[in-house]
Amino acid sequence: MQADVKTRAIQLLEEGQVDRVLGWKAGEFFYDLTPAVFTSPQQVEREFVWSSFSGPNLSKYLIAETRKPGKIAAFLKPCDTYSFQQLRKEHRLQADRVYVVAVQCPGMCDPDKVQAAAPGPISLRKEGDGFLVQTLYGEKRLTRQAALEEGCLTCKTKKMAYFDELIGQDGQDGDGSRFDQVHRLEAMTPEERFAFWQGELSRCIRCNACRNVCPACSCEKCVFDNPASGVENKAAANRFEENLFHIIRAFHVAGRCTDCGECSRVCPQHIPLHLLNRKLIEDMNRLYGPYQAGGDLEAKAPLTDFRYDDPEPDGGGRRGGAQ
Amino acid sequence: MNGFPLSRLPELMAAMAAVATVYCPLAGKFAPWTEGAVPELTGNTKLGPKDLFFPQVEDLVRFRVSGKDLEVLDTQLRQEPFVVFGVRACDCRALEILDRVFLTEPVDTFYQARRANGVVISLACQRPEETCFCGAFGIDGAEPGGDITAWQGEDTLFFRANTEKGQALLDRLPLQEAGEDGAEAAKAKTRAILQRLPLGNLSTQGFGQAENLLDLFNRPEWSELSASCLGCGACTFVCPTCQCYDIKEFDNGHEVCRYRCWDSCMYADFTLMSAGQPRPTQVERFRQRFMHKLQYFPANNGGIFGCVGCGRCLRQCPIHMNIVKVMKTLGGEDHAS
Repeated sequence: MQADVKTRAIQLLEEGQVDRVLGWKAGEFFYDLTPAVFTSPQQVEREFVWSSFSGPNLSKYLIAETRKPGKIAAFLKPCDTYSFQQLRKEHRLQADRVYVVAVQCPGMCDPDKVQAAAPGPISLRKEGDGFLVQTLYGEKRLTRQAALEEGCLTCKTKKMAYFDELIGQDGQDGDGSRFDQVHRLEAMTPEERFAFWQGELSRCIRCNACRNVCPACSCEKCVFDNPASGVENKAAANRFEENLFHIIRAFHVAGRCTDCGECSRVCPQHIPLHLLNRKLIEDMNRLYGPYQAGGDLEAKAPLTDFRYDDPEPDGGGRRGGAQ
Repeated sequence: MNGFPLSRLPELMAAMAAVATVYCPLAGKFAPWTEGAVPELTGNTKLGPKDLFFPQVEDLVRFRVSGKDLEVLDTQLRQEPFVVFGVRACDCRALEILDRVFLTEPVDTFYQARRANGVVISLACQRPEETCFCGAFGIDGAEPGGDITAWQGEDTLFFRANTEKGQALLDRLPLQEAGEDGAEAAKAKTRAILQRLPLGNLSTQGFGQAENLLDLFNRPEWSELSASCLGCGACTFVCPTCQCYDIKEFDNGHEVCRYRCWDSCMYADFTLMSAGQPRPTQVERFRQRFMHKLQYFPANNGGIFGCVGCGRCLRQCPIHMNIVKVMKTLGGEDHAS
């Protein structure tokens, strides 16, 4: 797959079909790929890498990239294509300046999990259904489960939302297991759930990585960065803020969040932020019928649509309208 | 040199905790030791001990209004002693760097009080990680600083006091006399690993000399290096040497609390001035962070770099851009002018 992706990137540039290519650049190690824009076939040949560590979702970069003249080819994984479609729906990017090459995704590895399970990793290769990692301290075998990103273990779908060209096969929707953890939290008593979230959210260092990586957080200036807003802050001043920041952010992106999982992937404190989003996604599915943000360009989002038989907002999910 | 059997570590922790609150590596950060907690002494913590001396949020002063009276409530400086156990060589150097910032005139009394009351027990590295590059800055993972240095031998923890404060603590612990051999063997083991680290040969050539300043500042590569930076503060907040803060006020209507909190030069609203943001795009903000560590700080501090090679930013940057990539792109003999 790595060879196919690279060959295609080189061809697109050589044939003049695009001016730039958005992909992942090799790092110091096997796992530290950086999103990058490539402008020459030589540069692609030298630095472009598609691997099990091409985790970063490239779609948000297209907001800035499509403001530049010329056409850019973007290599997107299935989940990234939903972010792309959602941004397109919100008119945040100029889709006619993008050539989407969707790439079949085997699930991405989490460098933190690899480092935790095999300290001092130097190289990694597939072996059977898992991975063989060479470390500073010897060899270590990891199962696929042990190495995969949390979001990939409970993948929402391997079906592309959009592409101009596909490398590999289009896939299927996930089995719904992404809501399992939400159900476990729902089954807790309010006190247990409060304790769970307090334990998680109290680790937040307010680095804003979750917000800045989020394709749904695409405001030109965030209210939390605006000193005139009265809520601008660089650290949680008290327990209330600590608890509420992430919950409010989840509400703010509800209906637009595609469940790409970037918030949890980038959190340096490993707070499972995606669970807040998944809870809201499932609630909306339950109340207003199944909906996938970024799934298509036409469907109205549940929270920006009104129907006479919408449930009443009384917490009980009671149907209004005709009843 | 003093020693204590590793198998009886809980006893030693209890003895230390009887003297003062002991912070040690627990669940990836420095947290207070309590009965039954097992300090993680193999790798390094995800967050350094910076927070214990320079907390992420710290109250400076409060003003209370009642009727027509305005009361100024001075926040108490930290007076109670504490011990930090298990600090690596990189983080020890980081504290020396923070000292240079906070303990030179005008002295930061909040930081000064915490430093005066804290005893740092360092611990030589056992298992450096692939992201470690402290050697580039002349730091020896086998010989960390602090008030007391500790080494982990086969079955013994070795201690050596480096300061009076350190000796005073050691005197109150049930330690035995131990020769130098055990610690020397531990050092040799650590150094053997340090020698084969993948980033072991990282060079600081081209950085830190005044004559290179403008050349580095104007390098066109900054634009490409910063292109995918998200502008979050993950690197700054996990960095043991980043020391920028903002001062803000929280007003609840009858009381105002003035506090400071960590700030990040990567943020769009960092050091706002009346005319706006002096570093308008992420290119300038990104450049600032690395120029500070690799150029401005050493130029003002006798060649000591503002990075200690702990590798935390390498692990935590969401898009894996970091100081090593910056140094490899901009540094080296070819580039020195």
